[in-house]
Amino acid sequence: MAAARGLGWAGAAALAALLLSPVISLGLAAAGGGGELWPHLAAYVLPQAIRDTALLLAGVGLLVIGLGTGAAWLVAAFDFPGRRLLEAALLLPLAMPTYVVAYAYLDLMHPLGPLQAGLRGLLGLSSPRDLPLPDLRSLPGCILLLGFVLYPYVYLPTRALFVMQAGTLLEAARMLGAGPWRIFLRIALPLARPAVALGTGLALMEALNDVGAAEFLGVRTLTVQVYATWVNRSDLPGAAQIALVMLACVVALVGLERLARGGRGYAGNARRAAPSLRRRLSGWRGGAALALGAVPVALGFLLPAGYLAVEAWRRIGGSGVPDALGAQARNTILYASLATGVTVIVGLLVAAAPSLLGARAGRVLIRAAGLGYAMPGTVLAVGLLGPLALIDSGLFEAGFASLSVGLGTGAALVVAYALRFLTVTVGASEAGLARIPRAIPDAARMLGRGRFATLATVQLPLAWPAVLSGGLLAFVDIAKELPVTLLLRPLNVETLSTHLYGEAARGTYEDGAVAAVLIVLIGLVPVTLLLRLDRNALTRRG
Amino acid sequence: MAFFKGNTIRAGVLLSFCLVGAAGAAEVNLYTTREPGLIRPLLDAYTAKSGVTVNTVFVEKGLAERVAAEGARSSADLLMTVDIGNLIDLVDRDLAQPVRSPALEAAVPAPLRDAGGRWFALSMRARVLYADKGLADLKAATYESLADPQWKGKVCLRSGQHPYNTALIAAFLVRHGAEKTESWLRGLKANLARKAAGGDRDVARDIAADLCEVGLGNSYYVGLMRSGRGGPDQKKWGEAIKVVLPTFEGGGTHVNVSGAVVAKAAPNRDEAVKLLEYLVSDEAQALYARTDYEYPVKAGAAIDPLLADLGTLTIDTTPLAEIARNRKAASLLVDKVGFDN
Repeated sequence: MAAARGLGWAGAAALAALLLSPVISLGLAAAGGGGELWPHLAAYVLPQAIRDTALLLAGVGLLVIGLGTGAAWLVAAFDFPGRRLLEAALLLPLAMPTYVVAYAYLDLMHPLGPLQAGLRGLLGLSSPRDLPLPDLRSLPGCILLLGFVLYPYVYLPTRALFVMQAGTLLEAARMLGAGPWRIFLRIALPLARPAVALGTGLALMEALNDVGAAEFLGVRTLTVQVYATWVNRSDLPGAAQIALVMLACVVALVGLERLARGGRGYAGNARRAAPSLRRRLSGWRGGAALALGAVPVALGFLLPAGYLAVEAWRRIGGSGVPDALGAQARNTILYASLATGVTVIVGLLVAAAPSLLGARAGRVLIRAAGLGYAMPGTVLAVGLLGPLALIDSGLFEAGFASLSVGLGTGAALVVAYALRFLTVTVGASEAGLARIPRAIPDAARMLGRGRFATLATVQLPLAWPAVLSGGLLAFVDIAKELPVTLLLRPLNVETLSTHLYGEAARGTYEDGAVAAVLIVLIGLVPVTLLLRLDRNALTRRG
Repeated sequence: MAFFKGNTIRAGVLLSFCLVGAAGAAEVNLYTTREPGLIRPLLDAYTAKSGVTVNTVFVEKGLAERVAAEGARSSADLLMTVDIGNLIDLVDRDLAQPVRSPALEAAVPAPLRDAGGRWFALSMRARVLYADKGLADLKAATYESLADPQWKGKVCLRSGQHPYNTALIAAFLVRHGAEKTESWLRGLKANLARKAAGGDRDVARDIAADLCEVGLGNSYYVGLMRSGRGGPDQKKWGEAIKVVLPTFEGGGTHVNVSGAVVAKAAPNRDEAVKLLEYLVSDEAQALYARTDYEYPVKAGAAIDPLLADLGTLTIDTTPLAEIARNRKAASLLVDKVGFDN
């Protein structure tokens, strides 16, 4: 027993060190420079960058909350023809890397693209000049684009909460005569707040840390400024300083939100999840509901993915499937599977840390697990270079050269993925564990089971749908991940996303369309599983 | 539970994964910020000729940081990058080692390599003017004149913070000093038809769409677009523009380079030098021109007809090292005038 606990503490300490190491290494880099950058930033950069970043986040936040909760409510509270299909389809934008969507949309929306050309044809206009439309390359364009791609982060947990948990309360409200709007605003939404906060947090961090789409659309966020400072001025200390200030802001905002929410978490009384009785919509109402719910799917997925599919089809017709594509797809699946396995196991242990190691230590570990997601991918990767090299040389000194997990090995990449996406599996596992009434693990403990044994044999079998759904989400994220992969992968290893980026970087991203479609297809598998998982859990419990 | 059994198997795969490949036949490891599609034909030709395996990793941002972190045990032999600033940065960070090679010195003209042999340019690209086909004579176009009010609302450019533009602005700084450069940038900014964003090809596309009339882009994109290699749409954009080689007033056309250094800790140093020597051979230089539409660095090497069509290139004489030294100042100036806002 004592030995197991000692091992637990040692593991937790090692994990915490690993989680904090990129921040520490960035801190060291930042300390290597003076503060001479800041007067320049304050005078010429920050006023605009902070304003644009704030507007971007506010816009994307409102959009993902509106779309995510609205769509979740639509499929959870109403029944209409095509609902089950819509329920799944609403997750599809998850499979699309944002920068690819940006490229596809610019092609579609450009004055020379098919939409405007078609419109001009309809209106009988010959020159794009006769039909001046707003340019996608703008802040509003970027907000719309990111909002329609990122809303599933809110939709996924919120829908689960609406369906699994709120049934009885919603039923009571309905019996007391409240209309659907009133129930949505007064009961469902406040109940779903932890899920909405979790999803919005993830979506906003994606938006904040996005570089590809923002840079391409000409939006100068703080993150873009980090790269300008680093790459264009070779000023790594300055870039690290900006990145750390941003990270501090993100951590503070997350903390504030937790504070405002108080102790309220996912749990509630979930002993018995009553499936809510959906209100049937038939006739034109059903059609309207389906059409409404299809809007985010069409804009966030069908339009850009359809465009890519057409381009991919043309390329295959023209030059066949590139030879290397199979190896790239294999690498993508291999790395994503390995990293997902690690991320799920570690995520479960971290989520269980409060009960394994004590509440305070557990909470610290859970917070630390969020750091990797709270900074831009490239910044995390650069922050990890030092620590990974240190581990590498440590192992080398110790005579483990042939088992090196250092830089430039597949293992290093897996570690980096796990650190980046740990928060996704931790969050899901926390939610899953919280749904188990406390009496169950308590009973196991009283019957003499150890803490780890209770986790493995009692809690995990009960929480596994939630744990697995976190794993599936992490898998999608890893399969489409770009910046960490680009910087840390071994020699001769290309994944679909690095190949696609290589094509995009030299301006022939349509040549990468086949790879993009494959990323989407690989992402679709877990997205579909996510839905089935939810349904099975529901039917079994209901 | 099946999930966890699966993971035990995965853990085994993971272990085998960590094994670093044992050294076998002759090989050389290339870290590059050049897109794999651009250099693959060159490397394949080299392997076919020499039997040496070229292992590559395409890293975009952070190449220098990665090599620095790998330190003495880095497997990098040759570091390849675009933009003179990025190239000299590798030397400044002490990641390069000097190379003495008569073949390299004979092939690469002195202004296109380090006197100490620490960096070598391998190919060149000019920053050229893309213009609406309907525009009257632009033969005597200068970079300076793009700030003239006659172009108000008619200029398209990518971000001022992109290395291709930063290098041009740095060259402007060397020629004209800070004050004149700032007012030129303000004039240029005032002339923009849209946000400074996207890529060089978007300049051609936006000219084709009548959003603007002139803009700057790299010379090789013209070849890539007009050859149809980027697809039928891009061919249309390439054909919708005319291309002029602009100059600085009283100077030549601004040229940037792609190049390479031999890594300081190169485990296969000799192989790295051999590959470098191959890359400046007649055969490889012709490939640069043919597959990538770049200007060869070696005097007398053939250039692609699509590139020759642009006219005779008179390279501006501002030393590349001077341009690299001024890129930070150029980047700060871009911020100062709010060029990308």
